[in-house]
Amino acid sequence: MTIPYPAPQPGFSAATAMIAAIILASTAGEVLTAAAMKSVGDLDEIRAHSGLKGAIRAVLTCPLFFAGVSFLALAFFALLFALNHLNLSLVAPASASLTLVTNAVAGKIFLKENVDRRRWTSAVLVCIGVYLLAH
Amino acid sequence: MSHARLSPRQYLILGLVSLCAPLGDTCLSRGMTGLPEITLAHPFTLIAAVFTPWIAAGIALLICFFASYLTALSWADLTFVLPATAFGNVIVALLARFWLHEPISLERWAGIVLITVGVGLVAQGPSLTERPVAHAPSLAETADMGKEQA
Repeated sequence: MTIPYPAPQPGFSAATAMIAAIILASTAGEVLTAAAMKSVGDLDEIRAHSGLKGAIRAVLTCPLFFAGVSFLALAFFALLFALNHLNLSLVAPASASLTLVTNAVAGKIFLKENVDRRRWTSAVLVCIGVYLLAH
Repeated sequence: MSHARLSPRQYLILGLVSLCAPLGDTCLSRGMTGLPEITLAHPFTLIAAVFTPWIAAGIALLICFFASYLTALSWADLTFVLPATAFGNVIVALLARFWLHEPISLERWAGIVLITVGVGLVAQGPSLTERPVAHAPSLAETADMGKEQA
């Protein structure tokens, strides 16, 4: 009879790679979705002009939106994979908090958003806060 | 529409983003823990689970979250929306403390304070990066032009 034993935890580099995969896919998904919504335009205005169906049609006919959702789905599966190998108390706070910082960087580079000192400070404070809260 | 300051309706949308995601996750968690173990041998029990009240409520809340999130991204920057809606984490922690009477450690109180300060900071700034000029007309503007021509 074999005695069940807990699976060994992956090493530092494997854990880092798994968390990095979640963060990268999540950031790509958020940035693509944000770019899609900017290209569609103000949804409140579209709904006022064309109704709810018009707003839904505007979103669903934007290819960038589907690219974003695909990356968000990839991030979800990367999270499931990581949870299969690592502790929730490591994966959840690390990925949730670091994604805020990578999104600020990606927003500045790819979306050309004005990430001023106020937004940097806010992103870092929320990042540390989410980590403390979820840890 | 001015994008420097948000209207009450836009604050409401951000509030929905903040609230619906954590509440939806909580409903899903509550619903799934109440179910018997689901195995790959009986995958259809997962479909039946969708129609249980807690999980159905969770899915409805998450659909509401995604719709509000997309709406917010259509008139505000990503780097504004993400920190601003992180306040949902604080709401859930406070609900856990005062409604479910769960203890909150000093570390978590520190997290709540930092998130609150971060959200306050970002909410006081502009929600959208001002672009200089000439951009391709949005769908709403195109619809306007169509009406004017008619």
